[in-house]
Formats: sequence, structure tokens, C-alpha cells
Amino acid sequence: MTTIFLDHVRSQLALHQLRNGKGNPLLILHGLGERSPSSVPGIVRGWNGPIFALDFTGHGASTVPVGGGYTCEALMSDADAVLAEIGPLTLLGYGLGGYVGLLLFGSRPTEINGLIIMDGPGLDGGGGRPTSPMLVRVSQSDLDGSAPDPWALAELASDVRPPSYAADHVRQIQVLSGMDTAVVVACLGRPEWLTATLESPVIVESDVTSALSTFSSI
Amino acid sequence: MSNEIDVVRSSLPQAQRPDRSRRVDVGGIEVSVVEWGDEAAQPILLAHGGFDFAGTWDLFAPLLAERGFRVVAWDQRGHGDSDMAALYTWEADMRDAAHVIESLETDKPIPVLGHSKGGGMMNQLAEVLPHRVSAVINLDGIPNKRGFTNQIDRSDVNALAAELTGWLDHRRRAGQMNRRADTIEGLAERRQLMNPRLSMEWLQYLVTVGARCDDDGWRWKIDPTLRFGPSGAWRPEWAIPRLRGLHVPYLGVIGTVKEEMGWGTTPDEAFPILPEGAEFHALADTGHFVHIERPEYVAEMTVNFLGRVL
Repeated sequence: MTTIFLDHVRSQLALHQLRNGKGNPLLILHGLGERSPSSVPGIVRGWNGPIFALDFTGHGASTVPVGGGYTCEALMSDADAVLAEIGPLTLLGYGLGGYVGLLLFGSRPTEINGLIIMDGPGLDGGGGRPTSPMLVRVSQSDLDGSAPDPWALAELASDVRPPSYAADHVRQIQVLSGMDTAVVVACLGRPEWLTATLESPVIVESDVTSALSTFSSI
Repeated sequence: MSNEIDVVRSSLPQAQRPDRSRRVDVGGIEVSVVEWGDEAAQPILLAHGGFDFAGTWDLFAPLLAERGFRVVAWDQRGHGDSDMAALYTWEADMRDAAHVIESLETDKPIPVLGHSKGGGMMNQLAEVLPHRVSAVINLDGIPNKRGFTNQIDRSDVNALAAELTGWLDHRRRAGQMNRRADTIEGLAERRQLMNPRLSMEWLQYLVTVGARCDDDGWRWKIDPTLRFGPSGAWRPEWAIPRLRGLHVPYLGVIGTVKEEMGWGTTPDEAFPILPEGAEFHALADTGHFVHIERPEYVAEMTVNFLGRVL
């Protein structure tokens, strides 16, 4: 594994190359509180091209900022920094990484060659609709600068993910990506935002092996 | 250079810089807190709008101070003299507001007043910390279902694509960005494009308090990584039932002239969603910055309201 650091806004993002090679790159996005795997996970060994994994801000070897303020949109822009670095790629996201991947796909529909959504921490966020607002607080003694950032754990487990917002992004993918099958839902979890996406003909429920095979040939 | 500042400020003698300033740790970063008036007087907290800063209260806050209030304002993170942060959210701004209230070291609830985004924040503060808030004064920050004046139709694929890629492209450049340097007059003229109803004297004054003078010119002290929209998953209509549910004395003031920076909430939209017993004033021939266009009138209204309810 080799690691490079991308300067992005005020963070340094750790991008790990788990496998070299030519062809369509695969980018793995970890779940909430996790970090990138240090070697190629068995489940993606059949992938034809190079394999990368990104540590989101506040996670793994990436910068742990002070003061919190996490959003899935900021993490989406972390993944977009990888897109700027290595060009079009296929995404495989665990939990939070699956939702962030959907946002990025909807925002860069011509530069993502498919998304696979897997189970993992942070798939649900704070649910599909706002609940009673509260001030999210973190104990000062937990803020020692190490990853994962306690602010990330608190804020990205309570952010609202409306079904209509996910559907907006799916509409962008459906109209602009030019793909017949763009997103493979390979997880058991069905948060509201994910259920809403299943109405689109470019989103299918399948398993990761066939998903990798579909996107590998792009 | 200080001569230049003196000349600009002398055209607005009624504007006053704060009497005191301090810094408050809000969890690793610091915000700048300023105060006008007697330290022993009744505190009132002022929350500025997006892309503004505490210095935008320099006309209005002294009027409250001379009427017997300890007026407390802060620069939101990334604005004015507060630290820039790596990340920004509404929730983080709300936490910062709570830290500023805690810094007053009083257990008694206090009145809070907010303009625009700050008004929306104070609405929420009264819901999440009802024991800390004795009254809310909202200046042109009352929500409506449509959202901001410039909000796009999200079902328009091309418009949404432009907004989403525009935001990501901005983030790609943001780390290297610096605000454009200009003269005092140049910065004021640019700001007038977004705030067309505000006088050049006031906008030039704002440059002297909200911008810094570098070797190559003046720059706004607002984090260049900040950008309007997209507002993420947040929907303006979420705030409406919450506003109705507040149980503190409430004064709502809106300007009736629509502006780029405003929310465009009409009296017909505002009136049915206000808390029970709220006072409401829709000001004729007044834009989004009600407290800058009509400082004496709004200050008098605020003090009279607080005299009745506190």
C-alpha cells in the first residue's frame, strides 16, 4: 500500500493505493468512524483495475480538524478531491460512505462509473426527517486530536437525510450519467433515503460480485 | 492609513465601535465577542446574518446601549475577527451561540435578537435552550416554505447540476483562495451590489471594521471557503412548525421590499406561523437590513417591546 496526501480546503486527506494497475479505478469509501483498509479486501479482489481507499476528514490518517461542523456534503467534497486527482472512477461505499458516494455521483454524474452501496456504520445518519433539534456536544476530554474525531461520530450520526434529497441526486444520475445500471444496492439496510432511490430504473438491488463485474468492464 | 479610516468613519458619527472585546473558546477555535454599554446592565445577545459580522451592529447596538442594555454580539466562526474553521454548519454556529451565552456567566434567561440567518438561529436557540432565552426579536429572519429569494428549483436537472458542480468546484479551489484586495471604495461598491439599499457611507464604514488592510489593499475578513448554497439536505419548511411552537415573548419585524440577500417572507406568510401572542411589524419601504435602514425606529420598537415583556 502507498499513501499520498491531498491538500483539500483546510485538510490533508490520506489517499491509499491498495493495488496498482491499469483500467477503471475503484475507490473505497469507509463507514462512519472507520478508516481505509490497509490491503485489498477479499470482496473486491476480482476488480480488474487499480484500487484506492480514502480516509475522510477526521478519520484514519487524514486531518482531524478542531471545532466540528461535519456534513456529508463536506465529505462528498473530500471524495471529489480524489476525482480531481485520479479522474473518473467507480465508487464502493460502506454505510456513511455509500450515502456520500450517492451525493457525489449525483453531483458529478458523468465522472463516476457506477456506485456500489454496502452495509456499514453510519448508513442511516439521523433518519429521514428532522427530529427535535438539540445542541450536539462532545466532552472536551475526548478531543485529543486523534481519529476518529468525536465530532464526526456525533454530527454524522444525527444529520437528516431526507428521501427527497437522495431522490434529487438519483434524478441527476438517471438523466445525466448515461448509464443503464448506475447504482447497485448490495446492502441489507434500508434507511428511508435508500428506499427512495430504489424507484429509479438505474438503481438495482444485487450482490457485490455481480456489481463489480458490471462496473469492471467500463 | 488610520487617517483614511478616520475620514471614512467621521462621515457616520452615530456609528460606534464596541466598548469592550474578548475572545471565547468554543471548543478548540475562538470567536470574537464584543459589547456596548454598561457591563452591569441587562444583557441582550445580537446574532448577525450570513456573510456579515458583529461590526454590522455599530449603528444599532449603541442605541440599545444608551437605552440601558449591555449589548453582546459575536462574530460567527469564519466571519470578522473570529477564527476560521475547517468545517462550517448551522449546528456548529448554534453551539458557538450557546458558548457566548455561557460566557456571560448569568443563570438568568436573556433576550436575544437576530438578523436574517441570525434570526433563524435565535428562533432555534429559543427551542433548544428555552431556559436561557427570555424573549426573541427577529429582524427579517422569519422562514417561509420557498426558502431564500435565490433558491433554485431542484427538479430542474440543469439548474441543480450547475449548483452542485459549482459548489464542488469552489471547494476544489477553496484552499488556495484569498479574498480580492481592493480600495475601501471598491469593496463598498461590490458589497452594494448585494446590498443595494445601503448607503455608500455605511458600506465604506463597514469596510473599515469588517475588512483588514493588507499591503495590496483591503480584504473582507470572511473565510473565502464559505459560499452560498447548496444548503444541503436542510429544507426551509422544517423551521415553520418549530417557530409556531416557541413559548417566549416574540417580536417579528420584516422589511417589505424584496432583496437579493433577503428571504422574501411576506406578511401573509409570516403572520400565521408566528408564536402565540407574538408582535409583528412589516415595515413599508424598508429592505432586508431593517436595523440599518431604520436604526432608531427598530431600536425604539425593541426597547418598548422588552419593557412590556421582561
